[in-house]
Amino acid sequence: MLTKRLIACFDIIDGMVTKAVRFQDNIRVAPAGELAGTMYEEQIDELIFYDITASAEKRRIDIKTVKEVAGRVFIPFTVGGGLKNLDDMYEALKAGAEKVSVDSMAVRNPQIIADGAKAFGSQCVVLSTQVKRAEGMRSGYEVYIDGARTATGMDAIEWIKRGQDLGAGEVCLNSIDNDGTLSGYDIELMKLAQSAVSLPLIASGGAGRPEHLKAVFTETETQAAIISSMLYSPRMERNYPVRELKEYLTGNGVNVRPIRATR
Amino acid sequence: MNKISIIDYKAGNAPSVMHAVARLGHEAVFARAPEDIDGATRIILPGVGSAGATMQSLREMGMINALEDAVLRKKTLFLGICVGLQVLFEHSDEGDADCLGWLGGGVVRFDGSKVRVPQMGWNQVNFIRQAPVNAQKDHFYFVNSYHAKPEDESVVWGTADYNGAFTAAIHKDNIYATQFHAEKSGEAGLSLLNGFLNLNGGE
Repeated sequence: MLTKRLIACFDIIDGMVTKAVRFQDNIRVAPAGELAGTMYEEQIDELIFYDITASAEKRRIDIKTVKEVAGRVFIPFTVGGGLKNLDDMYEALKAGAEKVSVDSMAVRNPQIIADGAKAFGSQCVVLSTQVKRAEGMRSGYEVYIDGARTATGMDAIEWIKRGQDLGAGEVCLNSIDNDGTLSGYDIELMKLAQSAVSLPLIASGGAGRPEHLKAVFTETETQAAIISSMLYSPRMERNYPVRELKEYLTGNGVNVRPIRATR
Repeated sequence: MNKISIIDYKAGNAPSVMHAVARLGHEAVFARAPEDIDGATRIILPGVGSAGATMQSLREMGMINALEDAVLRKKTLFLGICVGLQVLFEHSDEGDADCLGWLGGGVVRFDGSKVRVPQMGWNQVNFIRQAPVNAQKDHFYFVNSYHAKPEDESVVWGTADYNGAFTAAIHKDNIYATQFHAEKSGEAGLSLLNGFLNLNGGE
């Protein structure tokens, strides 16, 4: 049986994992390769790495850090931020990433989803999107871009349906409202998404306690959840080892990949 | 002398496989032309994307005859990964593609009305037969919309469950293949890969 996935998310600036609250005020946590190695040893299921300043600084993704991480983790690893075209995607995949994540760029040029899927396969293309509650939208959620700074006027659910039609292989929904609040995932958003698309869904934004993981996995069909603060933020009262999270979830009837006795 | 050749085509994930092989202390070469698999003692065919696109890449590289010579005639140890498993069969429903046909049977899609497609994540594999590569029941990482239906069930090495049992691993003589990404399945995957890399008979 397919298990639910815990994904560690790294926001990277100059090779360092950083932690922000509501897209601002980043503090540096650890070098990306080092923290990736630690997460791998702890048996996290997957990693996502966002080069969060690449877009704003109009530069290509930090390939050196991608390579460093890829040499240390033998689990799926997604890279996003600053990917503008097929060449950029290819560079990231060649450096050892398994999947590429497209966000603002895909809103500006949706064809990149189709082109990426055609060139590398749908399974390589994760459509990530920043969404915020908005009363004017049919679904009640609007798509934001540029690090959640710019509203697009696009309905979030319509956008992920379009992404699926264009050939994305997975959808990651980050709730801007919940991000950094440590108050739990946006369950309503994930429920809307699961009835709109058939792709695997990743929930992001708001995880602060193990109960939040349990809620998103038992109340929705979401297959994967992004965690960051809980794992490594120095701002948290405490961090949670992956083992503790998995044991908690298993104890609560959520099917996760069990912690394996090391070699 | 052990020579490990990893077939590298643009849509494949050969770099990930290379990283994993390096972690296990082996050197490998990327094979991008038929002569690159000359004298190989082990050949790994990674694969992502579709069976049709992979076949097209192999044709464009002029690799098919060289692979058949190595694997079918010289009995070189072979490991196919993901789409590298699917192309071993006669046909894939994905894009109605003709494949290598080294094994009888075809490749079909999961029923999207019952389960989310693609299957993406860690699933438990049961190894239902013994093979020279030792493998134990464990979780491995899958990304696939399609799965193989071998004519000869005795080639099925491992199965997993996604709306029913499906073919997760294949073994026949010198040919091994996994539907899961052994190179991205943590220590379980590395252990299986290590078994393949240390098999006798390749030297």
